[in-house]
Amino acid sequence: MNATAQLFAILLVEDEAADAHLVKAALAENHILADLHHVLDGREALEYLRRQGPRYATARRPNLILLDLNMPRMDGRECLVALKSDPDLADIPVVVLTTSAVERDVLASYKLGAAGFITKPLDALQFIAAIRELGEYWFDLVRLPQRK
Amino acid sequence: MSEQRDLRVLIVEDEAGDARLTQLALQKCGFAVDTSVALEGLEALQLLRRQGERFRHAQRPDLILLDLKMTGLGGLGFLVAVKEDDQLCSIPVVIVTSSQLDADVLDAYRCGAAGYVRKSADFGEFLAGIRILGQYWFHLARLPVNLG
Repeated sequence: MNATAQLFAILLVEDEAADAHLVKAALAENHILADLHHVLDGREALEYLRRQGPRYATARRPNLILLDLNMPRMDGRECLVALKSDPDLADIPVVVLTTSAVERDVLASYKLGAAGFITKPLDALQFIAAIRELGEYWFDLVRLPQRK
Repeated sequence: MSEQRDLRVLIVEDEAGDARLTQLALQKCGFAVDTSVALEGLEALQLLRRQGERFRHAQRPDLILLDLKMTGLGGLGFLVAVKEDDQLCSIPVVIVTSSQLDADVLDAYRCGAAGYVRKSADFGEFLAGIRILGQYWFHLARLPVNLG
């Protein structure tokens, strides 16, 4: 195994370039070594996960998915439904990471199988702290499914 | 952030000593949570569904901590029952178990677990784990608001 293969793999599904950049910066700031792949919407996420097309033929299966809710083409809710109804993908934990703080979104996300709902803090330092707590839970504490 | 009232945690664990240890760890970490304990899956389901005189006034938990190795329904059986019940499926269930089998980890996530934590025999280590778990679920993640 090379060094990248041993890192946790994260799939970030996020249409806002600034937010994606912030997630990457927060991971680096917290010294969380992760192999992060970024896609722009739900449809691209499913293509990546199902290795559809030459672009994703060798895509690495993520250990964790960070999913935005409001995105074009296929939003986070539709993507979550598709993920959790696909027997091949259903075991990958999906954490919703969104600007939404609407109770309806929280409830719907958990009902659809989310393993956490995090409202993105507006403040950059709080955002970094949020990613630290997320990393401590998912990468230090919890055991993630490992597939051969 | 979660709502101001104390959050409620249901511990489903057939070893009364282990359940008390989890309660103690939550308290020692300073989390303002109300805990209740069910000693096996069927009892936990009765509590969640407020079945019988004993559970008529039971309060809905915000989070469930679930042991896997239990008699009767077993941990996975209970998890499936919760996730198939439209009234209960939004409650996140975190596995806290001594089992380290990859197959158990995979099955738990497939059935809808929101984390899989190894129960450490060392109390200091267990406490550190509960602190990270509590930071994620009680401070960082938004939990669905329960009106019951």
